[in-house]
Amino acid sequence: MTNIREVTVDELRHLVSDRAMTGETMLLNMGPQHPSTHGVLRLLLELDGEIVVNCIPDIGFLHTGVEKNMESKTYLKAEVMTDRLDYLNSIGNNLTYCLAVEKLVDLDVPVRAQVLRVILSELQRISSHLLWLGTSCLDLAAMSVFLYAMREREMILDVMEMISGQRMMTTYIRPGGVWRDVPPEFVPAVQKIVDVMPGRVAEYESMLTNNLLFTERTQGIGVVSAEDCARYGLSGPVIRGSGVAFDLRKAQPYSGYDQYDFEVPTYDTGDIYGRYMVRMEEMRQSVRIVRQALSRLPAGPVQSSNRKFVPPPRSEIGTSMEALIHHFKLWTEGFPAPKQSVFATTESPRGILGVFLEGDGGPKPYRVHYVTPSFINLQSMPLLTRGHFVADVVGVIGSIDIVLGDADR
Amino acid sequence: MNETLERISKDMQERFAAEISEYAGDSTVILTPEYVLDAVQTLRDEYHFNMLVDITAVDYWPDQESRFHMVYHLYSMLNNLFIRLRVPLNGNAPHLPTVEKLYPAANWKEREVWDMFGITFDGHSDPRRIVMPYDWQGHPLRKDYPLGYEEVQFTFNAAEIDKRKPYAKE
Amino acid sequence: MGLEAKTGNMGVVTTTLENVVNWSRTNSMWPLLFGLACCAIEMMGAQASSYDLSRFGMELNRASPRQSDLMIVAGRVSRKMAPVLRQLYDQMPDPKWVLAMGDCASCGGVFNNYAVVQGVDEVVPVDVYVSGCPPRPEGLIHGLLTLHEKVKKEKITHWA
Repeated sequence: MTNIREVTVDELRHLVSDRAMTGETMLLNMGPQHPSTHGVLRLLLELDGEIVVNCIPDIGFLHTGVEKNMESKTYLKAEVMTDRLDYLNSIGNNLTYCLAVEKLVDLDVPVRAQVLRVILSELQRISSHLLWLGTSCLDLAAMSVFLYAMREREMILDVMEMISGQRMMTTYIRPGGVWRDVPPEFVPAVQKIVDVMPGRVAEYESMLTNNLLFTERTQGIGVVSAEDCARYGLSGPVIRGSGVAFDLRKAQPYSGYDQYDFEVPTYDTGDIYGRYMVRMEEMRQSVRIVRQALSRLPAGPVQSSNRKFVPPPRSEIGTSMEALIHHFKLWTEGFPAPKQSVFATTESPRGILGVFLEGDGGPKPYRVHYVTPSFINLQSMPLLTRGHFVADVVGVIGSIDIVLGDADR
Repeated sequence: MNETLERISKDMQERFAAEISEYAGDSTVILTPEYVLDAVQTLRDEYHFNMLVDITAVDYWPDQESRFHMVYHLYSMLNNLFIRLRVPLNGNAPHLPTVEKLYPAANWKEREVWDMFGITFDGHSDPRRIVMPYDWQGHPLRKDYPLGYEEVQFTFNAAEIDKRKPYAKE
Repeated sequence: MGLEAKTGNMGVVTTTLENVVNWSRTNSMWPLLFGLACCAIEMMGAQASSYDLSRFGMELNRASPRQSDLMIVAGRVSRKMAPVLRQLYDQMPDPKWVLAMGDCASCGGVFNNYAVVQGVDEVVPVDVYVSGCPPRPEGLIHGLLTLHEKVKKEKITHWA
């Protein structure tokens, strides 16, 4: 337990330049405990003075074995694990998993649940971007933005707590709809967030967008071209910051995103500043979507009425024998899914989030695989940091917005 | 299935003896290992599948005949299409050519598959473990690898488990 | 009694050495800036504007283990991370305390599998466990205050 196996330089010979072998360049270890690696990322930097020659990320310090663990649980129970992968986008993780399950067993979702899913995903997107804003600016030594951003984040967490009883790990979205209907105070609370957010985003922008201290650290650093984005599979704000309007909400709409009027913000520079501008605009667009969704939130059921997959409400169990049987079957055994595989994707705040789900005819998933944006985006670290100063490495890590739980799973 | 996909599946059937299956709107092209590289290259160059979304595997242990299935997901921005490739592999320690030359994004994905399933990729530039410790034994996502479940402490067995729990010293 | 009666007017207060040292330790406890997973986000929340951990003299997170005396293990500890965690603990100067934040750090939580250490007490000795997945910031603050209670009860004989 207590011995760490040291990696010798010989094992890394194929990754570092020849100059490292003669001692001309320096190999510097950064992390896993480092204040600006956003968790437990370890980077091995090859430095020529202050300049980064190569950057070798080492991940896995937060490997949780979620995919293996989900195979031993029923479809409903396995969902609890999905929250904890990308802990800043737990609603999105639930949603992607539920979309996959619904696709696998062919389950319908009522309109009210669809609209609720959209509202919550967008709130989650705002809260994730707020945390990104706070922490990545903290890395660039802009302390006050963190305190401002966390103030608004608490408002969103209060809404999450209101609907599910949990601030972060809600497991609110379930296969076939959502867990239960929202309380009456939900709409006013969301309305309040929608009303204050545009002003607050302007407030953050007033602190950063034209601030020389910020622009000097971000413009022209970590540049990636649109072609490289596609080759490396980068997605989300990274590819949009390089000028490609690629957003799965537009390209492959889910949960009725095609019915909302919103824009996909892009920025041409492809540097840290571009990604920052894209995320700020995305928060505004999310507010716009939530506002539209609130205005069209219909009355009606929030869960599918297909009792083979969705547990019956409490009120029915007391009177209907059939409901009791369904309830018992669903919570003890679970529902079976066909021996097929599906792939469902959503747009997470970080990029393409996909779930590859395979059933085997039984009540447990045979194989669940999460395609996570952090894992793919992190792979581009050598590309983004090469030729920059060591001090810019933290800015680049912040700008691709990694969540290590998402990368390591 | 839309027109482009139909054209692709026909082409895949003719050139690479592929089988096509479809479920819930997802198209799957089932290939044999020797055609993987060519098929992926064709999809990239001729059908504009410019993004590699995912590489993973599925283990069908104890079935030995085609124990592992490699699964590739490609995305075409131009046609707005996802396509899945499935490659059945024989035996306990199969190997397959790497697609890293075609998509640099495959580097880590293939390392992950090696780490989790023990499938070797010929010609891979960095064949190390990625998420497990370097000296880890076994490949965790294989079906014959145990989950590693430890008994949970409840009131009735708390004292008994406490005795053998390896608490850390100062 | 006698001494206090005489010196009270001079602004002198008498107490034991134990009390002074424990009081100062509780009121300037510097946590190690070290987040693992989801709980680290709630830890940030506790330090941010709404919950304001600095009310308890703990706003200063030290990024170096050499300068900190409290390790908040915020999140699940994987098998790969466990040796690193132990090394960080060994680098901290005495006196040091450990707070296991959340279910995963306390007992493995929902992740009962090959990759996660089933309770961080297998790696480092833990003083306070905080339940919750993740715990609310209030929960963390309660855990820290509980730790303060523990520190206040330490005897001079324990220091040696």
